[in-house]
Amino acid sequence: MTRGRLVWANLMRHKWRTLLTTASVAVAMFLFATLRSFGTTLDALSQWGSANRMVVRHATAIVFPLQMSYAQRLAAVEGVAGVSWANWFGGWYQDPKVFFANFAVDGPSFLALYPEIVVPEEQKQEWLRDRASAVVGVDLMEKYGWRVGQNVVLNGTIFPGEWQFTIRATYTSATRAFDERSFMFHYAYLDERTNHQAQPGWFYLRIANGDDAPRIAATVDGMFKNSNSPTKTMTEQAFQASWMGMFGNVRTLMNAIGLAVVFAILLVTGNAMMMSARERTREVGTLKAIGFGDRTVGLIELAEAGAVVLTGTLLGVGGATLLWKNIRVAAIEQFIPGFQVATNTIWISAAIALTLTLVSGLVPALRASRMSVVTALRTVE
Amino acid sequence: MALVEIRNVDKSFQRDSQRIDVFTALTLDIAEGSFTALMGPSGSGKSTLLNMVAGLDRPTRGTVRVAGSEVSAMTSGQLAAWRARHIGFVFQTFNLLPVLSAYQNVELPLLLTGLSKKERDERVKVALGVVGLEDRMEHYPRQLSGGQEQRTAIARAIVADPTLILLDEPTGQLDAKSSQELLGLLARLNHEFKKTIVMVTHDAHAAERASTTLHLEKGDLVEKGMVTR
Repeated sequence: MTRGRLVWANLMRHKWRTLLTTASVAVAMFLFATLRSFGTTLDALSQWGSANRMVVRHATAIVFPLQMSYAQRLAAVEGVAGVSWANWFGGWYQDPKVFFANFAVDGPSFLALYPEIVVPEEQKQEWLRDRASAVVGVDLMEKYGWRVGQNVVLNGTIFPGEWQFTIRATYTSATRAFDERSFMFHYAYLDERTNHQAQPGWFYLRIANGDDAPRIAATVDGMFKNSNSPTKTMTEQAFQASWMGMFGNVRTLMNAIGLAVVFAILLVTGNAMMMSARERTREVGTLKAIGFGDRTVGLIELAEAGAVVLTGTLLGVGGATLLWKNIRVAAIEQFIPGFQVATNTIWISAAIALTLTLVSGLVPALRASRMSVVTALRTVE
Repeated sequence: MALVEIRNVDKSFQRDSQRIDVFTALTLDIAEGSFTALMGPSGSGKSTLLNMVAGLDRPTRGTVRVAGSEVSAMTSGQLAAWRARHIGFVFQTFNLLPVLSAYQNVELPLLLTGLSKKERDERVKVALGVVGLEDRMEHYPRQLSGGQEQRTAIARAIVADPTLILLDEPTGQLDAKSSQELLGLLARLNHEFKKTIVMVTHDAHAAERASTTLHLEKGDLVEKGMVTR
């Protein structure tokens, strides 16, 4: 037998209590890791973006359109190696309440700008050839049970009417920051169906040298400063950050809820540890009478709290990490693609586990180590 | 030669505003190799005296020396290590850890030694053999009778080969047959293994098995009976 075996035997004295306390810690730490991951994933997304891509949008807000004529002028700016454009379509499929992202993009230039979007070559050629066709993310295909070649009707909101598309291609994403749940079709089709009334919502620029970004932004915005559609040009990363900024204080709220859950569990665990220690007061006296020192007896109590908290943390945070790494929940991925537990969340959870162990185990440990043998032996359980 | 030397020991407790004097200038020697029974009515200070000899409690004044070490002057940490080496303690209520088997309960004091697993195993089996519980070593306390529990407690007390075995009312919770078996075992430990034993008891029959009987009354040693066997 070892002292570790003694700790284990004490934990197994009330199996259900130990199991439920461990489960409480596991659930709390799972929630903490998950809730905190909303913030960290948003942060990671706001950092995402190629240093060689920029976005040009309306200076007032992204909802205001730009003008198609800008494309040629943008391409002429020194340092700009490629231009593409897109527009938010905002159509719904079958049920107005069911949402997924759908855009009109300029196919050839868009795919050239975004090598992260991987389309099988044969399908890509099919899509580029058919003006009324769409390329759809594999997750969305799976969700609706669509197949390549199928006709899909979207109901326009910004551009009213029924819009029929043939799915010619599917895409996967080489990065989790770009979701696989979007529906993209040709801008030319939008332009044609709206009698050339559609305007690009934003432009994408590929720049030859990332260091030129500030100069190019200033040049572009200066070019259109006095036009009807003044622009705001920014790096893709800054664009992403402004998009993520729309979530506002959600991350603060999530973190606060996560910490509140952990605090509640601290009280539960502390109570369970105190109860367990009180029940064994006479045994503390016996161990001391046998020759176990004050510190050893205290450490045994602390080790019990540590075993419960660390096991719970391992299950909770480990479970959250594995779950969000391997399973994509549509409701989350739709708004926060690439949702997963960040490494710093794991470290913070470890620090919380250590604090939980100390706070919940320290009181019974100190009580056990400081109690005189005679007092402990006289205790009536 | 005295193994235990108690010199001018005062012991008092504070209960609320009341000071209770248990001993005043108590002086006593316990010889090495003796089997001493400590008798007296409740509240006479028997258990307090036993606790002071074991280093579980401290005198208010005076000195307690056991095997040449001044127990009353040791720190808490020193006392724990000293107890592990020199004292085997048996309680009236057995005080076995219910989550450990008889074997594991007996092994507990050996965790404080530097013995290997094999050496510990040998010692535990010898100790359980001495008390006649070789066939019960995997049983848990709830699976043992009162007599078997107390014999396990004695095995735990002797496994580290202590200098002194102290017993606080060891027959208090046992029936007559189990008491006799236990007292026979203690006598054997004293005669055959030359263990010095001090036993607190209310039971005059139990005290008859001892070589020396000391009577305590209101903290005073009122009578010394020396029986040579």
